[in-house]
Amino acid sequence: MAVKEQLPRQLKTLVVARDIGIRRGGRWIIRHVNLTVRRNEIIYLIGANGAGKTTCAKALLGLTDPDEGTVERPRSLEVGYVPQRLAMAPTLPLTLRRLMTLTGRFDQQEIDDALVSVGLENLGNPQVATLSGGELQRLLLARALIHRPDLLVLDEPVQGVDIAGTDALHKLVAGITRDLGCGVLLISHDIQKAMETGSDVVVLVPHEHDEKTGAGNLSRVTGRRSSGFSGGLTGA
Amino acid sequence: MLDDFFTRAMLAGIGIALVTGPTGCFIVWRRLAYFGETIAHSAVLGVTLAILIEIHPVVGVFIIASLIVLVMFHLERRDSLPSDTLLGLLSHGSLALGLVIISFIPNMRMDLRALLFGDILAVSRLDLAIIWGCGAIVLGILACLWRPLLVATVSPDLANVAKLRPELARLAFGILLAVVIAAAIRFVGVLLIVSLLIIPAATVRRFASSPERMAGFAAAMGVVSVAAGLMASARFDTPSGPTIVVAALAFFAFTRAFRKKSINGARGL
Repeated sequence: MAVKEQLPRQLKTLVVARDIGIRRGGRWIIRHVNLTVRRNEIIYLIGANGAGKTTCAKALLGLTDPDEGTVERPRSLEVGYVPQRLAMAPTLPLTLRRLMTLTGRFDQQEIDDALVSVGLENLGNPQVATLSGGELQRLLLARALIHRPDLLVLDEPVQGVDIAGTDALHKLVAGITRDLGCGVLLISHDIQKAMETGSDVVVLVPHEHDEKTGAGNLSRVTGRRSSGFSGGLTGA
Repeated sequence: MLDDFFTRAMLAGIGIALVTGPTGCFIVWRRLAYFGETIAHSAVLGVTLAILIEIHPVVGVFIIASLIVLVMFHLERRDSLPSDTLLGLLSHGSLALGLVIISFIPNMRMDLRALLFGDILAVSRLDLAIIWGCGAIVLGILACLWRPLLVATVSPDLANVAKLRPELARLAFGILLAVVIAAAIRFVGVLLIVSLLIIPAATVRRFASSPERMAGFAAAMGVVSVAAGLMASARFDTPSGPTIVVAALAFFAFTRAFRKKSINGARGL
């Protein structure tokens, strides 16, 4: 692998979305979204099913180009992505340690360190398919951390994890943000949990606007810096 | 040594099995068996094309198979029909079209039976060169594509974020599959080629702890199946292609039966 350019630590702003909108099949999935992720902070991206959380995250990561607005991201931004679930069939044999080196080469010590940071060091090397929901989430988190990301993106990390596990996972992510000095974008539908943590919350409201009818634009994105959650789920 | 038709058949079969093993693992992991069937069925149209414009059948099959792969990718993005319906459309469409066009060619001499079930005993030196040459190329490219394909199998989102271009790798894999099927179709036939892709991989699954090992084991299992099948076909005077598949199936069944005895304590297998 080529020597990678590293993002300067003093660069605080990791990604900025300015008034982005994405349209699919003549319908706006998201519109007028403003969002900034900086180092050392956790941003919750909240919304009901179909509100366009994943679409919004994809635009921030540069996987989808917005139809409207701009996304600014430094070229050398290292993104650690924690997917919601794995698409793999159980026919694929994959051990815990092999998953850690899926997208890059790392030595045993680096793998051990990453596993320790999520508390999976005593699990041995089982097949990934045999892990519980919580263990899998921690493993996927460790896999993202081993790349020392500037920006950590977690897609619904508490799906299939019990309440105790959810709390532990949130504490874990908060600790990692502190230790690593990275920024975190956490996609979730659990507004209560997001409010409890006191982090910044961005709420996506399902978009009702239809270009053909010209009906009113009901989309509201409530972004609050520094003061926690504000605004209602129903937006307008 | 190469003068003996049985030796040539054995070498051809081993060459095919070494490639279908690792390739077949991805077919199994990504649930692409029907995709493989579709490309195999299109070979009938490919051979017809080769006869019409007088080119080598391997080239004809490769051209049509690659076209099918490209059309499939295009339709999957554009069309709202489910992918198995699209595959059925292309699979049977190309098969039927090939059979209809054949009937228009005057004085047509084509052994349809050999095309459908294969004729491994008719391998020439040129065929051997094609099989081993194409095989080496396919394995080389597969090694280069290994990481993007594997990551895309585990999680397409992850592959996208890591900038591994999973769509491109997927397309390239489709073309590789077209090469494998073009090189192997004369010897195992349209109806049996997919079994060589999936049965060895399915057989070795529970013995492998990593994707790379499973690919290696599948290649070895394919070679053993080909050797056993060819020898059985010589001994019992049975058609070679089907006998190889029956041998592969027998190994699969044997390892399954074996599993029941050792199920206690066999964790994660």
